Order: sequence, then structure tokens, then C-alpha cells
Amino acid sequence: MKAKGKVFRYKDNVDTDVIIPARYLNTSDPKELAAHCMEDIDKDFVKNVKEGDIIVADRNFGCGSSREHAPIAIKASGISCVIASTFARIFYRNAINIGLPILECETAVKGIEAGDEVEVDFDTGVIRNLTKGTTFKAQPFPEFMKKIMAANGLVNYIKSKM
Amino acid sequence: MGMTMTQKILAAHAGLQSVEPGQLIEADLDLVLGNDITTPVAVKEFQKSGATKVFDKSKVAIVPDHFTPNKDIKAAEQCKMIREFAHCMEVENYFEIGEMGIEHCLIPEKGLAVPGDLIIGADSHTCTYGALGAFSTGVGSTDMAAGMATGKCWFKVPSALKFVLKGKPQGWVSGKDVILHIIGMIGVDGALYKSMEFVGEGLKYLSMDDRFTMANMAIEAGAKNGIFLVDEKTLEYVKEHSTKPYKVYEPDADAVYDEVYEIDLSTLKPTVSFPHLPDNTHTIDNVGDIAIDQVVIGSCTNGRLEDLRVAAKILKGRKVKKGVRCIVFPGTQKIYLDALKEGLITDMVEAGAVVSTPTCGPCLGGHMGILAKGERAVSTTNRNFVGRMGHVESEVYLASPAVAAASAITGKITDPAAIMSV
Repeated sequence: MKAKGKVFRYKDNVDTDVIIPARYLNTSDPKELAAHCMEDIDKDFVKNVKEGDIIVADRNFGCGSSREHAPIAIKASGISCVIASTFARIFYRNAINIGLPILECETAVKGIEAGDEVEVDFDTGVIRNLTKGTTFKAQPFPEFMKKIMAANGLVNYIKSKM
Repeated sequence: MGMTMTQKILAAHAGLQSVEPGQLIEADLDLVLGNDITTPVAVKEFQKSGATKVFDKSKVAIVPDHFTPNKDIKAAEQCKMIREFAHCMEVENYFEIGEMGIEHCLIPEKGLAVPGDLIIGADSHTCTYGALGAFSTGVGSTDMAAGMATGKCWFKVPSALKFVLKGKPQGWVSGKDVILHIIGMIGVDGALYKSMEFVGEGLKYLSMDDRFTMANMAIEAGAKNGIFLVDEKTLEYVKEHSTKPYKVYEPDADAVYDEVYEIDLSTLKPTVSFPHLPDNTHTIDNVGDIAIDQVVIGSCTNGRLEDLRVAAKILKGRKVKKGVRCIVFPGTQKIYLDALKEGLITDMVEAGAVVSTPTCGPCLGGHMGILAKGERAVSTTNRNFVGRMGHVESEVYLASPAVAAASAITGKITDPAAIMSV
């Protein structure tokens, strides 16, 4: 499983209120949520994001609320992977559960800038910055997480096992 | 190796003698909770999974509190969906308008959380029940769905930070000031993935309402949970509110902590978190001159009876500054009624405050007090992120009910001691 795309780069403590503001939580429709993804931190995100693109951020990405709408909005906007130095724990769980691949890798984060073209191999954990010609290594997903991703989320994964 | 309180509760619920940090376990749940924002997503996932009933009708709680009373048609549709689900699944703890409250004020009041419980809730402030010596943590909707279907959830056993509290808080210092001080000290990711364990002789000076406020904001330091040692006050609260069996866990003497912090409560001052992160704290003497447009008193953090008592004490016989909106949100119907009986509501309304039905309302920029561009609020809520209470260019300052009430009177962020002594 691989991801490849252009990078949107954010800093520390990107919270769930800026990922998807609560004023849009009166729906759980992924497309509607995606239309407002990152609106309060990056107005142009929705305009510029393309299928496969990658979010890279510093520490504590996804802090704040438990709203699963946050990873749902990111995934539905076309983002194929989020790489951060660290993730807030509820966001981490939620992303895995809905099948949004995320990786913790501080060295990669330090070596990636906005607009860089990046490729991620989830089987090996290798992150390539194609723009700069550099390579980084994250912990690859354990087997059960790979299966959750491949099944497009925990519920589908559980169902596929039944 | 000794275990922390959290580790002991997790081990007991996983049927294990002991656990250690980093270990992955599957544990039995005593309660699975959701609200009107997170439950609709959970219901969809629950149905997708093929489940046809909840694991235990008495161990699921659904509280429509965020956008209720329904703020618009979409919110009404979401509430209708979860109402029908609760009815269809015969969920015993579904609380409709009239009996509902802000979930984290309501659940302990209804006796649904007791010491030793293992609770998950699809709301990040589920960590509130740690005040009762329970392990409780926020999860997302998919985990809620799986929890409702199976009664189980997987956890990575957390390591812990220990906070040894000593001394007696002085003046208007409350649990809110203690937790803001701690978050300012360790940062918004200072407890990431970890437990925050609160112990020490200073505990006896903290009421249950203080402790609920503190455990509630453990998530604001990134913690998996906050948990308090059980003492006489806890047991008194449990006796008064619950008939559920409970179990008191204590940390082992040789439990291992990543860090131990000693905090002398007698040295703390009223504390305010400036925009746009809860760890951006300033003591009240270092706040400067900050004019405000709105004051919010309430929420799952500070919407309990003691909070309203403090606010009413300061507002009584005084007037909210002209041009400032002061909005009060009692946490539950019972708190509302008790405040009414004690005359607190009269005191606050006479001062020029408005009192709302229990709702999460403005805390998350939902409804009932949204801020316009450039407006500034002092709020007893828990988050001051960009756009949290409304416009992306509005500002939220987090503070205690005493600071909020004092600020309502002067129209700028104010030390309550400048208005009156305790």
C-alpha cells in the first residue's frame, strides 16, 4: 500500500476545531464535511487539495475534541496520509478506525516543506521526499492495522472477519 | 512492578493480574456514552457492523446535549435519529430534553459512574469521571459503536504522571485555577497518551466539583485520563448519587511514574488561559487590561452548583457592565433547580445575566452565544482554540467562575478579589 502526493504543511497543535469547525457538525456526511476541511486554519486547502495529497504537521496533530468528523473530513477531502511528529491520542485512534493512514515520524516532518512531492510506503514505513531526494523511515503499521486500512476502516474489517 | 490506579483498573477489567505500560489489552466496559454529535456516526457504524442489539441496555448512555434544544433542522434530524436508535435498542439511559443535562455533569449525578469503573465515551471530556476514581476516557464514534456492540474496547496501557497536591488553596482559587496552572506548566501535550494521577493531602481541600473540573481538563494536556485518589468526599458523593456497586483502587507504593510533580495549592493564584491554547496561562496579576464582550459561565467544566454559587455570590447586588453579555449555563436540570431554590438564579438574573437551559451551546461555537469577528469572551469552558466559540477572529480566555463573574461586572478581565473577598 502506497501514497503519493503534494504536501500541505502545518505546525504544532492543529486542533479538531480547525480541522472541522463545530458549526458544521450538524451533519456527518463526509462530502459536506470535506467541503469545510481545515477552513479556519487554511482557507485555500479545499480549493487546492487533490486526490492523494499528504498533510505533514509538527506535534500533537488532532488535539481537542473526539469528533471522528475530523479524520472523516480529511479523508473525504482526498488526503491519502497524515505524517506528524506526534498525534493526539483520540485522533490517532479515530484515524485508524476510519481507515485514514497516519504515521508518526519526526525526522520526516523536519525534512518536508509545503509543496514537496512525497511518497509513503506503508508496508515498509519508508517516506521519500521526491522533491528534495531524501528518505526517512517511520515505524510501519503492524499487521492488524494494515488490514484495517485495507478494509477501509475498523467496522468493515470486523465485518470481513465475521 | 507496582501499578498505578489506572493500570489496576485496566488489569481488573481485562481479567489480568497485572499490566504494564505499552501493553495492548482488551477490556470489559462498564459504560459506553455518546452525544448528539458523535452518536449519529456511531449508529451508522453500528448498523454497518451487522450488530442488532447493544451488549447491555443498562450500560449504554446517550445524551443529546451539544446542539440541543435542536438548534436547526439538521441538528433536529441528528437528534431524531439517535432518539429512535435509543428507543429501538431499549437503551435505559437515554435522557431527553427535560431530564437531560450536559453529559459530564449528568452522568455522575445520575450515579452512572462510580469508583473503579471503566468507561468510554464518544466525547473527549469523558475523562471527567476520573474525579470519582474511575478510568474514563474519550474515544471516537467507531469505538463507541464497537463498544455498544461488544461491551469491549482495546487499550494501550498508559504510563502516568503523578501530581502530589499539598496545602490549601487561598482566596478565590478553585479547581479550575489548579488545572489551568498544571496545563500551563506541562503544556497541551505534556501528558500525551498518559494518565494524570492526583494524590496528596491537598486533595481534602478540593470539593468534588473542583475535582470534576480538574479531571475534565486532563484531555487539555493531551492525557488519556485524569484520576483522583478516592477519599471520604468521593464516597460521600457516591453514596448520595448511586446504588451501583463500586471498587476503590489505590496505586501501589512502588508504582512507577514518568514524572512526579509536587504542587503547593496555597501558592496558586487565579489563572487565565489566553488565546489560542489552554497552556497559554497567565496569573490574574499578569493579565493586563483586556476588555471583553461576553462572559460564559457553565459547561461540562464549570456548570455545577458550586460554580453557580461562586458566580452568584459575586454578581449578587451588582450589575453586569453595560455592553457585556453574561450567559449562564447550569449543567443539569437538577443543578438548575437547586440554583433556583437557593436563589442563585434570581441573583444572577437581577444582575443582568441570562440563564439558559443546559446545553454545550457556545463552548464549541454551537449556538446560544456565538462570537462575532473581533469579539472577546471570558469563559469557564475548556478550550480557546481558533474559532472555538464563533468567528475565526474571535478570542476566548479561559478562567474560573469567580474570574468570569468579576469580569462581567467590570467589562474587563478582573481579579475577583478586587470586587469582594471570599
